[in-house]
Amino acid sequence: MKIVVCVKFAPDSTAPRKFSSDDTVDRVSVDGILSELDENAVEEALKIRESAASDAEVVVLTMGPEQARTAITKTLQMGADAGVHVVDDAIHGSDSIASSRVLAAALERTGFDLAVCGMASTDGGMSVVPAMLAERLGVPQLTMASEVKVDGTAVTIRRDGEVATETVEATMPLVLSVTDAANEPRYPSFKGIMAAKKKPVEELTLGDLGVDAGEVGSAAAWTTVESIEERPARTAGTIVTDDGTGADQLVAFLAERKFV
Amino acid sequence: MSPIPNPIRPLALLGIDDLLSEEERTIRDTVRRFCDDRIRPQVADWFEAAEIPARDLAKELGSLGLLGMHLEGYGCQGTSATSYGLACMELEAADSGIRSLVSVQGSLAMFAIHRFGSEEQKEQWLPAMAAGEAIGCFGLTEPDFGSNPAGMRTRAVRDGSDWVLDGTKLWITNGSVADVAIVWARADDGIRGFVVPTDSVGFSAPEITRKLSLRASVSSELVLEGVRLPADAMLPEAKGLAGPLSCLNEARFGIVFGAMGAARDCLETAIDYSRSRLVFDKPLAGYQLTQRKLADMAVELGKGMLLALHLGRRKDVGSITPEQVSVGKLNNVREALAIARECRTILAASGVTLEYSVLRHANNLESVLTYEGTSEVHQLVIGQALTGESAFR
Repeated sequence: MKIVVCVKFAPDSTAPRKFSSDDTVDRVSVDGILSELDENAVEEALKIRESAASDAEVVVLTMGPEQARTAITKTLQMGADAGVHVVDDAIHGSDSIASSRVLAAALERTGFDLAVCGMASTDGGMSVVPAMLAERLGVPQLTMASEVKVDGTAVTIRRDGEVATETVEATMPLVLSVTDAANEPRYPSFKGIMAAKKKPVEELTLGDLGVDAGEVGSAAAWTTVESIEERPARTAGTIVTDDGTGADQLVAFLAERKFV
Repeated sequence: MSPIPNPIRPLALLGIDDLLSEEERTIRDTVRRFCDDRIRPQVADWFEAAEIPARDLAKELGSLGLLGMHLEGYGCQGTSATSYGLACMELEAADSGIRSLVSVQGSLAMFAIHRFGSEEQKEQWLPAMAAGEAIGCFGLTEPDFGSNPAGMRTRAVRDGSDWVLDGTKLWITNGSVADVAIVWARADDGIRGFVVPTDSVGFSAPEITRKLSLRASVSSELVLEGVRLPADAMLPEAKGLAGPLSCLNEARFGIVFGAMGAARDCLETAIDYSRSRLVFDKPLAGYQLTQRKLADMAVELGKGMLLALHLGRRKDVGSITPEQVSVGKLNNVREALAIARECRTILAASGVTLEYSVLRHANNLESVLTYEGTSEVHQLVIGQALTGESAFR
């Protein structure tokens, strides 16, 4: 079984984030890491590999600048077997539609039984790439799984919605995305950290994938960022001193904002 | 001058990270994250209750690869000594007791079997100990023989092909939770080491209570009353006191780094506190007396860290000597304790509670100052190296 995990190199969500001069997310001067939610995708893939009846392989796929290699390294330290890194200057500024085009082409090239994604990236937070991949690849999609069961080529997931819990089943090959409730990502073991350096990582360009540069990047994006403004600083609140009219002032305050 | 918005952390002052390989930084960061997730939220409660979930903790530490991590084969990770040191540093930044658990398991019990054991002993114990499924302890010190282990009273007497052990060991970390004890005893041909399963008849390990230090660590007495062991329980390759002393040298090495972890945690805590605590309408950090303390502590922390890394590199190329480990243990624990106490003054009354780590670290370091060779013993080791004169007695 071949499991390909699609991961993203995203700015560390605990650090200050910036935009570049072209209004795209700054991925170069800001510390980047494996998007935290993708750790759940890697963990699920490793668990499926470990419980697989026959030989299974976990390949990690990412697209992004040279620094994105650190996201692949992290997954190799966790236990993934190999990496594929699509690096091409033309990719810069790609939207979800273009990203799914590149990733789908890479998935077709590597081949897969299971393509696994996280529930969302920690920067864009769109959650649409898994569905787009499934459409492009013409395979079923099992998205937002909080529990995954694999039996041969049959995959069953539990999807916890706001009003109902769904059980969805499909047959491989398919695209799977898992939530952060699906598992608890493992720490890289020291053996894994030391072994990661020796694991193969293939670098591919758009040309290798047969993707035309005009299909991706900022110019091909379906949306453009017009402008970016910093969120205004918080202003001090109103302090009501209770001189006997405190309750009245409070009610007036709430009424003015139509809270009562 | 307006304040710098993001001051640097104390070890960044000297660019210590640049001295580490990517692999070393990753191992360090992994242990730090593990401690943040699993140790720090609970360790003050463990300390206060003087109870740790040692069995569960050992399994978690084992699954990460921390137990015997610098040993080769038998389920061990085979990392560099420097990486092991950095792991000890992160563990001790959380609590010296947790680092002690790992030191005793890996550097004392597992190292003794790995270095001096038979193939059968290694196969039987090391994989389970690396995984944290079996816990080990190391019995050398006795009630009246701490710095002078050569005077030990514990005896190993031949009876047919069996060995019979009698005696008492004291201050044995992990003792009451151990599955196996490495016990050093006097035999006819000198000091020998024995692999003693703790379910052996005649073996007991009452826990030492009423401690004011290392409360998040199990300390015990080992009582051996006619413990009968088969001939193959003896560690075949260890003869004389050099055996256990080489194990202690391993553990001391981890302490050289570990103590700097405790010191770093204290200093970071004190800096953060001093920046947010207003005294006479100004942050405590803005007073010259505070800055003098902080600067002096950061200098000592940086020096100790450089010393630890220097010894780590020497150990990795095999050129480290016992005197050098003594220099590291003496300096780094002494300075760490001084830093912890000084940080406590910056936190003032808050510093005496378990809400902050500083007095917990200071109290722990009192034990660290004494175990694995007291400061005085290390001064005598260094003195002997410098003069050629032994002043131990």
